[in-house]
Amino acid sequence: MRRTRWILALLALSILLVACSKSAPQNTMNPKGPTAQTEKNLLVLVLWPAAAVFVIVEGGILLISIRFRHRKDRDRMPPQIHGNTRLEIGWTIAPAIVLAVIMVPTVSTIWQLARQPADAMQITVEGYQWWWGFRYTDPDMTVSYGDHDAIVTADVMVIPAGRTIDLSLTSLGGGAHSTSGVPDHEVIHSFWAPQLFGKQDVIPGETNHIVFSADEPGVYWGQCAEFCGLQHGKMKFRISALDEADWQRWVANQKDPAVKPTVGAAQQGMDLFFGTNGVGGQCIQCHGVGGTAASSTAAPNLTHFAATTHECFAGCDFQVFNPDGTPNVEALKAWLRDPNAVKLGAKMPDYGLTEQQIDTLVAYLYSLK
Amino acid sequence: MATAATVPARTGIIRRPTEVTGWWSWFTTVDHKKIGLLYGFSAFAFFLIGGVEALLIRSQLAKPDNTLLNADQYNQIFTMHGITMIFLFVMPMSAAFFNYLIPLMIGARDVAFPRLNAFSFWVFILGGLFLYSSWFLGGAPNGGWFGYPPNSTTDPSIGMTFYALGLVITGIASSAGAINLAVTVVNMRAPGMTLFRMPVFVWMGLTVQFLLVFALPIITVALFEMLFDRRWGTHFFDPTAGGQPLLWQNLFWLFGHPEVYILILPAFGIISEILPVFSRKPLFGYQFVVFSGIAIGFIGFGVWAHHMFAVGLGPVANTAFGITTAIIAVPTGIKIFNWMGTMYKGDIHFDSPMLFAVGAVAMFVIGGLSGVTHAVVPSDYQQTDTYYIVAHFHYVLFGGAVFGLFGAMYYWWPKAFARQLNELWGKVQFWILLVGFNLTFGPMHILGLGGMIRREYTYPASLGLTFWNQVSTVGAFLIALSTLVFILNAAATQRKPKGLANEDPWDARTLEWSTPCPPPIYNFEEIPVVHSIDEFWHRKYVEDKEGRLVRVPAGASDHPADGHEEGHVIHLPSPSFWPLVAAVGLPVMAYGVLYSWWLVGAGALVTVVGFMGWAMEPPVAE
Repeated sequence: MRRTRWILALLALSILLVACSKSAPQNTMNPKGPTAQTEKNLLVLVLWPAAAVFVIVEGGILLISIRFRHRKDRDRMPPQIHGNTRLEIGWTIAPAIVLAVIMVPTVSTIWQLARQPADAMQITVEGYQWWWGFRYTDPDMTVSYGDHDAIVTADVMVIPAGRTIDLSLTSLGGGAHSTSGVPDHEVIHSFWAPQLFGKQDVIPGETNHIVFSADEPGVYWGQCAEFCGLQHGKMKFRISALDEADWQRWVANQKDPAVKPTVGAAQQGMDLFFGTNGVGGQCIQCHGVGGTAASSTAAPNLTHFAATTHECFAGCDFQVFNPDGTPNVEALKAWLRDPNAVKLGAKMPDYGLTEQQIDTLVAYLYSLK
Repeated sequence: MATAATVPARTGIIRRPTEVTGWWSWFTTVDHKKIGLLYGFSAFAFFLIGGVEALLIRSQLAKPDNTLLNADQYNQIFTMHGITMIFLFVMPMSAAFFNYLIPLMIGARDVAFPRLNAFSFWVFILGGLFLYSSWFLGGAPNGGWFGYPPNSTTDPSIGMTFYALGLVITGIASSAGAINLAVTVVNMRAPGMTLFRMPVFVWMGLTVQFLLVFALPIITVALFEMLFDRRWGTHFFDPTAGGQPLLWQNLFWLFGHPEVYILILPAFGIISEILPVFSRKPLFGYQFVVFSGIAIGFIGFGVWAHHMFAVGLGPVANTAFGITTAIIAVPTGIKIFNWMGTMYKGDIHFDSPMLFAVGAVAMFVIGGLSGVTHAVVPSDYQQTDTYYIVAHFHYVLFGGAVFGLFGAMYYWWPKAFARQLNELWGKVQFWILLVGFNLTFGPMHILGLGGMIRREYTYPASLGLTFWNQVSTVGAFLIALSTLVFILNAAATQRKPKGLANEDPWDARTLEWSTPCPPPIYNFEEIPVVHSIDEFWHRKYVEDKEGRLVRVPAGASDHPADGHEEGHVIHLPSPSFWPLVAAVGLPVMAYGVLYSWWLVGAGALVTVVGFMGWAMEPPVAE
């Protein structure tokens, strides 16, 4: 019996550790929005009968093992019991009842989570190998220039805290398809931000939905949960929930076209980026920059690459800014030097840039506020 | 008594082999016991390889941002770990016990089709070697054992083509084996061995063979479609050309969930044999254990979409499969309670087999309970594809199946080798394994709920999950240590001289123990006549007037002892080359699909020649 108590204590302790661990940014037991909260509540609800069954069965096995273990002084055979129909019926029906009871809230929650409120804010999530694109398809979320297309971001989804969001999940190719014209690398991903919502798969040719909201402003972690190839482990994203004032500021900034630096290294970087002087220009084959000729959607949109301090790039493998707010220049340089060296299999080619060219590109990218 | 005659027969160019001893006899044997041992040794070798892969995975995950393995290596290793443990270890290890024991338990001399049995084994081992040759031919499969397209069909490396071909080959082995064993159980039972006098292990064996026969064609279709997509540019799963990626998932799991029961039901059978023997009581509720096993087999075909709750099948499908998943917990619970009932009021001897069997029940219960939380669909949206799932199915398949298989090894070792594994080291192994197993997979529940996804080759320290990953890695090395203890125990045991003081060391209940250890090639001198469940037990014990069991004095049994009349001939099939020849053609054809049509032709020719020789040779050498 001491061992049972010990196991139970350990179990309780570990559940407690998970539940209380504030430092785990993907902790499903520490939900920050109603969808994740609903899902957690259901798990906790089931854990009680599960714990009871655990104690009864494991305790029973232990007790029987101790109580009826062979003793030296015992030389008679035990009673030869072949079964008991009443008991059999009992332990068939009892678990069935427990399970039926569990299934009632389960089924109602399945339907509750499948509901898509009409007034929810619409965002389309696009899964690429191996990064995420976000397209803000609400009518008031269009840019102020060009054809007034939807605002797009990469790797960071920004939302207003408290608003209900309806995500449409789509899988798109990425990488080579921009040049060949044929979409490829359309694979299955799964979109998951543990503290905000459970996952839904992102499937080529299908559109799945997630409805959620974030209770408080903050940065929430997420990542692809369905194996999607080489860098599946580093296909991450952030959801940044802003309060109303910050949200309005962010939207206004996103509606503006990209900054066009006119002096110094940043301008030289821009020229290299677009190939203005006959040198460079490879970047715009895949990357889009709002308000310019660069309109490809094959790679992350860079219009507001350095707009906020929580931006990240390359599937959120790298942060644009250090925790103290200074530019994380070294990570970006390493990436431009040879993407494959820092992220094996990355679809961005190594263009053999010189250190000087890399410096100017870094300056340009950080000017994209 | 006699075995086959010794005059060599000529069929075509090759002399029909007659040797039943010596190293060459292992290549030509059609004896179910030898084939069982071949299955066992091969499967155990793959267990060690799969275990090394597991240690590499755990070493890579022992610290954040580790660079021991890169993403490419990691993806190949976790894929091969899954394929190896499922298709090359647990399935063939179960086949080993079925092969060795089913004929002995039902009082038969061999399986129904001895040469087909040899063919199954050779196809399995060659399929396994074919899969592993991919490491040297451009890279192992890297799309997971579940191989979801379009990722698996568009991946540029050759690995997933090996996957499709290799699993078709091992599937042929399993199908042939399944038909063979099912026919054996249905047709070859000794007089009086009615279906409801069969040991539960045989019942579970029969159920598994039917599951295989119905589930394998489904995966075979899917694998051929994948092969065509990869090799010849069809578009079964290609969404850009009107294909349907979810078609694979439905086919795969319609096979894959019954597969789970293919892996666990043999262990349920083993547990149902061991618990009564070591509790000195008959199995509690025999019919309920049998029927719940069959029910699990049936319902197992109706729960596949619970692997797909996050796929977006819609609330109707998720509701339906959530409910069926909950339902399958009921027959599983019945088994657990009956096992507890078997031990209750028993006289429990905790020898090694019993320790592993009780351990299997205790660990399986944990996996079963976490399984119920998956039936709660919205909660599964959070848990699916996380380490919580990894924890769950390792509690079921390692805690249940592998503990059970180790128990079986300890239990039937004296039967097969006429030597008994050291009890002390058996207990040492059990306790190290129990601790190591729980340290490895227990923390994975926490990792999964803490937000760690499956199949990621590394994780950042900022995820806050480093500690439990380290605990898990320590546990994995303890499992390795326990396996080492087992190997040393087995090696030391085999160095001892053959021979048991007691040919019935556990005071067992079933017919295989009525034969000598190891059983002669013909199993039974006289086919036994069966009068009850636990036939062998009832030959040893009768109830006295007060209903207590008393041992029958030797020679006083009312059952006639097995005959000892000299001189009558037992016809046994002679050894044969042809199953091996026919099997060799299959991987050759598979390599041909990868490299050259000429090889396909050559392989097909070899297989056809093999089948021809097989068909033309007489049943016994004349």
